[in-house]
Amino acid sequence: MSSVEVRNITKSFGRARALDDVSITFEDGGFFALLGPSGSGKTTLLRTIAGFSFPDTGTIRIGARNVEAVPVEKRDIGMMFQSYALFPNMSVADNVGFGLRVRRVGAAEERRRVAEALDLVQLGDKGGRMPHQLSGGQRQRVALARAIVTQPKVLLLDEPLSALDKTLRVDMQIELKRIQREVGITTIFVTHDQEEALTLSDRIGILRDGRIVQAGTPREVYDHPNSAFAATFLGEANWLPDAALEGLQLPGDRTRHRFAVRPEALTLTDGRPATGNALSARLEQRVFAGAMATCLVRVDGEPWKLVARDRDLPEMAPGSEVWVSWTPEDTLAVPREAAT
Amino acid sequence: MAEITAPEDRRRLVTLLSPAYLWLTLAVFLPLSAMLFFSFLTDLPQDAPDWGFTLENYLSFGESEVYATLLWKSLKLGVTVTFFCILIGYPCALVLARTIKGRARETLFLLVILPFWSNSLVRIFSWAIVLRGNGVLERGLEAVLPWDIRLNLMFTTHAVVIGLVHSYLPYVILTSYLALQAIDDDIVDAARSMGASTLTILRRLLLPLSLPGLLAGAVLVFVPVVGSFMEPRILGGRHGTYYGTVIEDQFVAVYNWPLGAALSFVLLAVVLLILGLSTPILRRART
Repeated sequence: MSSVEVRNITKSFGRARALDDVSITFEDGGFFALLGPSGSGKTTLLRTIAGFSFPDTGTIRIGARNVEAVPVEKRDIGMMFQSYALFPNMSVADNVGFGLRVRRVGAAEERRRVAEALDLVQLGDKGGRMPHQLSGGQRQRVALARAIVTQPKVLLLDEPLSALDKTLRVDMQIELKRIQREVGITTIFVTHDQEEALTLSDRIGILRDGRIVQAGTPREVYDHPNSAFAATFLGEANWLPDAALEGLQLPGDRTRHRFAVRPEALTLTDGRPATGNALSARLEQRVFAGAMATCLVRVDGEPWKLVARDRDLPEMAPGSEVWVSWTPEDTLAVPREAAT
Repeated sequence: MAEITAPEDRRRLVTLLSPAYLWLTLAVFLPLSAMLFFSFLTDLPQDAPDWGFTLENYLSFGESEVYATLLWKSLKLGVTVTFFCILIGYPCALVLARTIKGRARETLFLLVILPFWSNSLVRIFSWAIVLRGNGVLERGLEAVLPWDIRLNLMFTTHAVVIGLVHSYLPYVILTSYLALQAIDDDIVDAARSMGASTLTILRRLLLPLSLPGLLAGAVLVFVPVVGSFMEPRILGGRHGTYYGTVIEDQFVAVYNWPLGAALSFVLLAVVLLILGLSTPILRRART
């Protein structure tokens, strides 16, 4: 197990700059999510760490070793692909044992470690099956077992769960987290699914246009986004219209900051509350979803979203005048940008 | 494949498949049955009114050692040509499918199938011009090398093999290429991430996964080469007598169609036997 240090790497494809001076440290044993929209460079970053492509400039360090010029087969990494990439001509046991055989660990040792890895992913009895005889979730587990059986320094996951359906995905998230804890391997995974990033990882890096916009724990990034992009990409944000700022307690300078409130920080009342920040609004729709309810309101013409426990919401018909309020500490402030 | 039970499904199936079967009947089954019929005749009905049925044509294959010897020679030629086609064609397909991308790939692909565009006779005579004594090849070599070159390639088995390999190479390249380019890039990437060398990836992944395509190409080469007669006749000269040329002689020179037909069916039986025997072995080799 090792930490991974990426320093000032740049990578261009033709004229397009896929990675633009990216620096980020992945600590030993951590579970990192690289989150970003498609084309943000997150997969390029992962493949550069893996060694499938080489950075134009900058350094990559895995453990104590500089690897930016080392090809993938010599980097000692484990990687899991979105398509699983199981070898269709080999049994499950041979798939998992492939990396061990390449390393010439010996037949007995190979058998022992393959069995161990398959037990870890709860497929101990499926070693003799062929990949096409397995379900999607089982293939996923084989791919995971195959990626960690060689005890690589770092585990890289490229959108690992996106091919699974919702229920299976949640199961696999829990499973992946358990296995990662058990093995203690430094794990970096790429996703465009913010929920997945929040559930799985203990640190998140948000990418945009080949740059890391913000990195930190999920809570840090969620509670203190440093840009409008980070605020909207991780979670949802209701932006305060400039005209409504008067009289509100705000955590920044209104000429240099924009302000937002998370949907779950808002309270909906029919009268103006005595304390805190409050704005008048019109209720447009209330969507009941069991324990929780989502309300769509309009504040100064801006559509806002509010999430609350259904029982905490007053009975109000759509179209009625309401007040949305929040405690001033829950206001997010991000620097104003030229374009958002 | 799903089982078909509903009658309307079966009717649709018959309707959709009938053109293909009609074509197979007309183009393959009928001529073949006519030949099979001829092979049991003493003479052609339109030539001799006293024609009758006989096994004589098939028995004559066993009576003279010549036919068996020539068939063995043709089979060896088939194996040699197939071997060289694989030796040259598979690496070509590998490079074409796995390393070259974009426009260059299309251009090279076009060049690969170029031999198909020219008439085979033209192709063979071009080889004769290249290979003959004091021909293009010898003069070219002489221009580069300081000493006298006498390759003596023309009218040898080598010349026949060269001509045949050139004619049939595209089959191996095409079928192998199709099989190779269907392999997901992620599979190769996954193997690399596990530390596999290029050679390991080739031996344990690319080769087994593309084997069906390679074998299809090998069969497409082997079967016609065993029966080939044009290349042996033009490029082989004195050494150019093969089983295929003997069959051709029966049809165009000796005008003994029944014997020619019988020899053809012996060849067909032998080739089918070889393919039948090799199938289980190759299937085992795949896994």
